[in-house]
Amino acid sequence: MSGKPLLSVKDLWVEYEADEAVVHAVNGISFELEEGQTIGLVGETGAGKTTTALSILRLLPANIGFIRRGSIEFEGKNLLELKEGELLSYRGKQISMIFQDPMTSLNPVIPVGDQVAEMFRLHNEEKLPKTEIDQRVDELFELVGIPKVRKSEFPHQFSGGMKQRAVIAIALACRPKLLIADEPTTALDVTIQAQVLDMMDGLKKKFGTAMIMITHDLGVVAETCDIVAVMYAGEIVEMGTVYDIFEGKVHHPYTEGLFGSIPSMDSHEKRLKPIEGLMPDPSSLPSGCKFSPRCPYCQDICKREEPSVRCMGSHSVRCRFVDMEGAV
Amino acid sequence: MSKYILKRLLMMIPVILGMSFFIFVILEKAPGDPARIILGDKAPAEAVEELREEMGLNDPFLVRYINYIGDALRGDFGTSYRTHLPVFEEIMARFPTTLTLALGSIVLTVIIGVPIGVLSAVKQYSILDNATMAGALILASMPGFWLGTMLLLLFASKLHWLPATGAESWKSFILPCVALMASNMAMLVRMTRSNMLEVIRAEYITMARAKGASEKVVIFRHALRNALMPIITIIGMNLSSLLGGTMIIESVFALPGLGTLAITAVRSKDIPLVMAEVIFIALLAGFINLFVDVLYAYIDPRLKSQYVSRKRARRAAR
Ligand SMILES: Nc1ncnc2c1ncn2[C@@H]1O[C@H](COP(=O)(O)OP(=O)(O)OP(=O)(O)O)[C@@H](O)[C@H]1O
Ligand SMILES: [Mg+2]
Repeated sequence: MSGKPLLSVKDLWVEYEADEAVVHAVNGISFELEEGQTIGLVGETGAGKTTTALSILRLLPANIGFIRRGSIEFEGKNLLELKEGELLSYRGKQISMIFQDPMTSLNPVIPVGDQVAEMFRLHNEEKLPKTEIDQRVDELFELVGIPKVRKSEFPHQFSGGMKQRAVIAIALACRPKLLIADEPTTALDVTIQAQVLDMMDGLKKKFGTAMIMITHDLGVVAETCDIVAVMYAGEIVEMGTVYDIFEGKVHHPYTEGLFGSIPSMDSHEKRLKPIEGLMPDPSSLPSGCKFSPRCPYCQDICKREEPSVRCMGSHSVRCRFVDMEGAV
Repeated sequence: MSKYILKRLLMMIPVILGMSFFIFVILEKAPGDPARIILGDKAPAEAVEELREEMGLNDPFLVRYINYIGDALRGDFGTSYRTHLPVFEEIMARFPTTLTLALGSIVLTVIIGVPIGVLSAVKQYSILDNATMAGALILASMPGFWLGTMLLLLFASKLHWLPATGAESWKSFILPCVALMASNMAMLVRMTRSNMLEVIRAEYITMARAKGASEKVVIFRHALRNALMPIITIIGMNLSSLLGGTMIIESVFALPGLGTLAITAVRSKDIPLVMAEVIFIALLAGFINLFVDVLYAYIDPRLKSQYVSRKRARRAAR
């Protein structure tokens, strides 16, 4: 990897303060993303994927979610130091997000076309007239495959797949440099999933958009991602190129568990395998390695001391027992 | 939509008929002979009997009811036993006062209550929010008649800032409006706040923020309309109960409105006046509810398309 990264997340710590308990949702993650690249964030539910995404746009729920430490640099600017007003030109325009649930991410009382047009109105530096905006909305509808006659309809008149397309249209409207897609296909049925992914891939190539792809689906990761980060209990336990993750010999025990018997890129293994035990409660994380209670290779030292990260080239694993030259 | 409105209007007919019949029965069973009341205690029994015959009071109950409805349908609601003026005129003379009081208080409730509720939600847990919630709790626990009396004592009797009775100028309406709206407004503020808080947490609001919308746009364009929907129902319900509230407040402030008129009418067993008032108020409440429902459908596209799609489905079936 060379050149200046588009996005650089360094040592990010995020907490939620929910009645009494403090939820340690993200605990010191770092990653970089270059222009046009796609990083996949995978991991069990509650691993902190959505929290990471929301932190980048500084959209954590007010008074509840707090970024405690770290920096998030976008084109060299630390987003965490920007004032609310300055952020507005980043949100939607430079960085946009597709939310986890398309069913609830459209406003029920505003026509869908209007919600798409709003993107152009909010970021209208070119002072486009209304007719031009209408034109662009039509183009976008065509692009994502919704008949443009339906733009005056309301979200409840759209099917799930169409809502998802509308949400994607909104996210792509201003041709962002970075697109964060939080499980863009889990709410959809299988046939539509494939269509939507194809469409996103096409659009990504067309506009050269970098992407953070959050998903549970290994097939999606293998198809769309350049880099993969495996998250567990708010940490990145393993990160590398798709090749490192799918074809590499050395893995974090968690990744091994997730992938079952390490699938290869062309295997038919599509879904993550469940692992024995539960992820620790993020409001009371275990000391030492956070995966130790579920780890088949766990030793006493794992329970006492935080593991260090071991690297080889682009591949890094957060486990003291992996030998990047050989096996676990 | 117009079909729906028509249906609702037609549905009001049996409601009004039922109501009027019910009241007619109650008035029939209530003690006191109208003829005797008109002529006074000292009138001879023959004169009373003569008048009863003349007024048709000796006809069977059902005949009298049907006659009454027949006349009413022709626009003749009879004359007041007490003043001998046409009942319709009496009501129309009093209606503006009640309307001013009710509309004034509901409009004020909304234009003051909704913004305060929104502000309170947006600044949740701030001093302003806490103060508002405490204020709302206090207001909500004060009954209108008590608050009215206290206001009277303070602003009219002690300070002489505002008139205590009558409806001569707009100033006379200030205290009654305040007394009438206090608890409603407290409820509206709390409803607006809690709805707004709920809506603000919805994913489409986070989405609106992610689009780069400013806080103002997020609140007013994206959140408010969604938060207002249940509030409109509440306002509608308030409007109907407000008609009851005006009766009490009008008596406290001796305002010449429908409420005081109704109370005098009942006391003097002025049957035509009571009947006409009840029908009038029932119609009014019916129209208010219809108006609120239509407004609701207008604001919530999900409801509007329900009417439309029902129509479409019916057309398709033909
Ligand atoms: N608003 C909130 N208040 C309190 N805790 C929260 C809040 N949002 C998330 N959390 C907690 O933070 C942790 C990380 O949540 P996050 O939504 O980032 O997980 P995720 O990886 O996106 O999971 P999923 O795959 O289910 O979407 C979880 O333990 C969750 O319970
Ligand atoms: Mg999530």
